[in-house]
Amino acid sequence: MKVLLVDDEEELVSALAERLSYRGIEASWAGNCLDALALAELENFDVAVLDVRMPKMSGIELKRRLQKKRPAMKFIFLTGHGSEDDFKAGSGEEGAGYYLVKPINIEVLIKRMKEVLG
Amino acid sequence: MSILSRVKPDFWNHRDGSEGPFKHLFDFRRIWKLAVGLSAAIALAPVISMAVFEYKVTHNAMEAEVLLRTARLVSNTRRTVSFFFSERKAALDLLVRQHTLEELKKPDLLTGLLEGLQKAVGGFTDLGVVDHQGRQQSYVGPYELEGVDYSDQEWFKEVVLRGVYISDVFLGFRDLPHLVIAVKHDLPDGSFYVLRATLDTARFNDLLSQLEVSGNGDAFIINREGIIQTPPRYCGRVLGKISLPVPEYSSRTRVLEEKNFNGQLLVIGYAYVTETPFILVIGEQKAELMKSWYRTRTKLIGFLAASIVAILVVILGVATHLVNKIYLADEKRVMTLHQVEYANKMASIGRLAAGVAHEINNPLAIINEKAGLIKDIFTYRKEYARDEKLLGLVEWILTSVGRCGAITRRLLSFARHMHVSIEPVQIKEVIDEVTGLLGKEAEYRDISIHVDVSDDVPAFESDRGKLQQIFLNLVNNAFAAMSDGGRLDIKVRRETPDAILLRVTDDGCGIPPADLKRIFEPFFSTKKKKGGTGLGLSITYGLVKELGGTISVQSEVGKGTSFTISLPIQLKQRKKGNG
Repeated sequence: MKVLLVDDEEELVSALAERLSYRGIEASWAGNCLDALALAELENFDVAVLDVRMPKMSGIELKRRLQKKRPAMKFIFLTGHGSEDDFKAGSGEEGAGYYLVKPINIEVLIKRMKEVLG
Repeated sequence: MSILSRVKPDFWNHRDGSEGPFKHLFDFRRIWKLAVGLSAAIALAPVISMAVFEYKVTHNAMEAEVLLRTARLVSNTRRTVSFFFSERKAALDLLVRQHTLEELKKPDLLTGLLEGLQKAVGGFTDLGVVDHQGRQQSYVGPYELEGVDYSDQEWFKEVVLRGVYISDVFLGFRDLPHLVIAVKHDLPDGSFYVLRATLDTARFNDLLSQLEVSGNGDAFIINREGIIQTPPRYCGRVLGKISLPVPEYSSRTRVLEEKNFNGQLLVIGYAYVTETPFILVIGEQKAELMKSWYRTRTKLIGFLAASIVAILVVILGVATHLVNKIYLADEKRVMTLHQVEYANKMASIGRLAAGVAHEINNPLAIINEKAGLIKDIFTYRKEYARDEKLLGLVEWILTSVGRCGAITRRLLSFARHMHVSIEPVQIKEVIDEVTGLLGKEAEYRDISIHVDVSDDVPAFESDRGKLQQIFLNLVNNAFAAMSDGGRLDIKVRRETPDAILLRVTDDGCGIPPADLKRIFEPFFSTKKKKGGTGLGLSITYGLVKELGGTISVQSEVGKGTSFTISLPIQLKQRKKGNG
């Protein structure tokens, strides 16, 4: 399983990527949306874990663009904000319900990733 | 409950908590008094003044009518009495003109003349001729009066002086009331003689006794000394003195009002009968004369009183109804205002909480991942031996982060439910969220919270945010009333198939009965000095109403307080029925 982690908090995604690698999951990370799109050009990821709110481009927009490039890619959203708007934004898209509030439990994340991949 | 407290309108005991120059605008009792006072004054003043005016006019008219009627009666009777005497005097005048003295001295002729007078005019008892020396020259009648000398008697002197004489009533020689009428006739030789007749007063008396006098009245004749001449019905006896003063002379009929010895008001009409020593007096009791007026007056006063009562009842009813409506509208307005204020406050708090939670969640996530990574390194890398102590420390960090996450999630949950949304609600979850938020305080104060949700309580459609606020308010209130180490019970039962019952019971200080009545009023607070706004329970009341429920309170000072909320589950049932 190849995973792309995107969050403007680089310290978060870098640590998360390393932790996933300890569990046998190949994870790449990006600190902004442009890097994420560039990475997606190079590699084919099975799952993208995206922060909803990021500077310049929202996680929802990033999802739309990634989906164009890689139609088979699955998505999980992370958010520090539990507001209704975020919830709607997350659940209104395909893969509704794969929405985790920070701070996350890594075991739950892995479980969700496995679920989206069927 | 007394009748008074049952009819007492809602606004009666209202005490407005606000201060300032517009305070009087919300003094509903004052508004009510003003409305009733002004309406009553405007409605009753014309009615009463018209009634008083009408009363006076009618009373005066009736009084004038009574006096006029008496005056008319006196006047007519006087004419009759006067005619009685002038008729007899004229008859005697006719005799002296048609007959010479010599003829009149003949007893046969005189007897014939007396009989003629008795037949034609009536009332004559005897007839005599008195010469200029006062000696009766001839006499016909039942008594032996021939030759009697009248020269020293007053009547003789009077008739000589005036030409005619009518005496007072007197008993005379026969001890029978009678009066004398005498006319003087001058002879060509300068001498004169007098024709004297005695009149039987029975005829005279009949005249007055047959008179119809209303109002327990009396009609009689007195002479100018006040001696009664004809038998009165009530006021004394013949030849007695009347109890009233002799009325002053007047050529016309007069009517005056006098009080008798009983204090009763009398209407007295009198007239001096011309060419006689007599005064005709007719007295009537005013109260009797005014009887018909008094009956009308009683009806009038009764009608007026009934009208006033009806007007007052209508004014009181309308004013009370309207002021109560204003009061209720104002209550509703105040309540809405507070709810909006409260909702805004809660929304602000919600936004703040969400903002804080979001901002905290990101660094928290980093701590989480970094600590997780440390743990992973200790776990997965061989070169970092499994140091139990370090692993333990990392585990502590992760547990704490988990706790922080739970708190921020709860805050976010509250913030999310600031918005109105009807959704299926598991009441246990709501209670757990609230007790979770207040759990630390309970722990510090050693307050035990016992939640008991009965199994038959279904998930029901309601507003989760509002339910949270209701519980938060009630539990906060309970905490404020409780001392450390107390016990708080939250029980939820299915009351009926259509409703669930929630009860929050504390063992705190309780609420005095006087405060209990006002506990749901906005701005009513016993904790104002401690910073209470007096809004909590009024808001709670409003929220329960919004959810279609009812809230009640039972409390005993020193034992504790219990709030009971009944909430409908109708919405859910309707959906079931539809689907």
